[in-house]
Amino acid sequence: MAQIDKSIQDYKKMVNKHHPQESKLKNFFLAYLFGGSICLVGQIINNLFVFFNFNPTQAGTLTTIVLILIGGLLTGLGIYDELAQIAGAGTIVPITGFANAVVSPALEYKQEGYILGTGTQVYSIVGPVLTYGMLTAMLVGILKLLII
Amino acid sequence: MKKLGQQTIQFDNSPQIISSASIVGKKEFEGPLGEYFDQVLKDAYHQQKSWELAQVKMTEDVLAKALEKVSLAQNEIDYLLAGDLLNQIVASNFAARNFPAAFLGLYGACSTMIEALAMAGLMVDGGAANNILAFTSSHYQATERQFRTPNEYGDKYPSYKQRTVTGGGTMIVSNQTGGVKLTEATFGKIVDLGIANPQDMGGAMAPAAADTILQHLEDTGRSPNYYDLIITGDLGKVGKSLTIELLAEQGCQVQDNYDDCGVLIYNSSQKVGAGGSGCGCSAVVTASYLLPQIMHNNYDKILVLGTGALLNPTISLQGETIPSIAHAVALESTGHLTSGIGREDIRQSLATSIEDLSGVE
Repeated sequence: MAQIDKSIQDYKKMVNKHHPQESKLKNFFLAYLFGGSICLVGQIINNLFVFFNFNPTQAGTLTTIVLILIGGLLTGLGIYDELAQIAGAGTIVPITGFANAVVSPALEYKQEGYILGTGTQVYSIVGPVLTYGMLTAMLVGILKLLII
Repeated sequence: MKKLGQQTIQFDNSPQIISSASIVGKKEFEGPLGEYFDQVLKDAYHQQKSWELAQVKMTEDVLAKALEKVSLAQNEIDYLLAGDLLNQIVASNFAARNFPAAFLGLYGACSTMIEALAMAGLMVDGGAANNILAFTSSHYQATERQFRTPNEYGDKYPSYKQRTVTGGGTMIVSNQTGGVKLTEATFGKIVDLGIANPQDMGGAMAPAAADTILQHLEDTGRSPNYYDLIITGDLGKVGKSLTIELLAEQGCQVQDNYDDCGVLIYNSSQKVGAGGSGCGCSAVVTASYLLPQIMHNNYDKILVLGTGALLNPTISLQGETIPSIAHAVALESTGHLTSGIGREDIRQSLATSIEDLSGVE
């Protein structure tokens, strides 16, 4: 009997054919719906703070804090990752997603202790965002110094 | 024993499986094979401080269960053959800490159960041992965090991703009479057809499974329908259909008698993507579902394959692909029934002949 004699390119095509097709349109719509809903909740919170006489800058900061709290809480309760299976980018992109990316390793690595576990691993997912965020900020800062 | 063809060994004295046991997580218990498993965890921590320790405890429990079912003492076991997915195979060697038997650690990723079973067959047939305990385990949360991301991190899984089975399985291979015997073993080659996506294990492993199936049939001179069932360890839905197509391309038709443990272990409504994976998948399905079926002659001859994706997260980030492997063992009924194989109520519902427990000593 013969041996498996497929080329890597042929096999790649075959694998793609066997992968279940996911509707990009559906993913797009769900991400829009969930992401949009999170933004709507943020706007409502923001308006409430303004209603209670905070100035717009304060209201913005407080809204961010509340959304981070909600993201962290839903992560701890084991709900956020379940939502993400439906929402996709809709739960990753807003600031609640950033909270999830910090809280999830913090919880996970508590088993190895607060210093070498949580302390070391807490930025294991958001590390790239922080690193390149800071790098970009620095470059923009230098540009500002040179141009203005 | 003697060598057949390139990669197959035929046993002379047919090593026998005298006992087997399994322990599974809640999700696996809720699946279609739930009633077959011996024990179920209340939660993923299994009364331990961490998931890794839970996996160690699961392993200890399943070993104790397999011995208890046939009233064997620990010191009647000559060797432990085991491995798992955790770094340095800790779930296996930590569970063996309090066991007074020589330990041989194996790593074949998710093919480890069948690798251990085949090695145990060689050692028993060659007279190196009387009783060998072969075992393995995997744990969903412990595996996720070692190979992927923290469990609570919200990334969307593609539908072809599989879920690591929380479960531990063990089999005692012996020179005494048991319920199922090993007739041949085929050790597989490493096969890599360039799949680099760590979420597509089924795609990575299917060529290895197809290669070992073809090699086994060639070495033994058999056709695929010699077996009542050819079953792979954890290819999932994607890997299963790929294997069927890869084999069909080589003129080997297996649609009617081929299945996969990873497809059998969950319902389609359990949100597990393409099915189960992990060392525990083939271990618990073989130990608690397949062996009782063979012992009671629902299937006379089965070829079971352990399929392993030899993924390493570090080298994967360096852009490397995923080499894979598959080992096969041919299993047949001995005509004897033993209390060691299957749960009691399962044995009763499967029993079609008069009970003969004389095989167990």
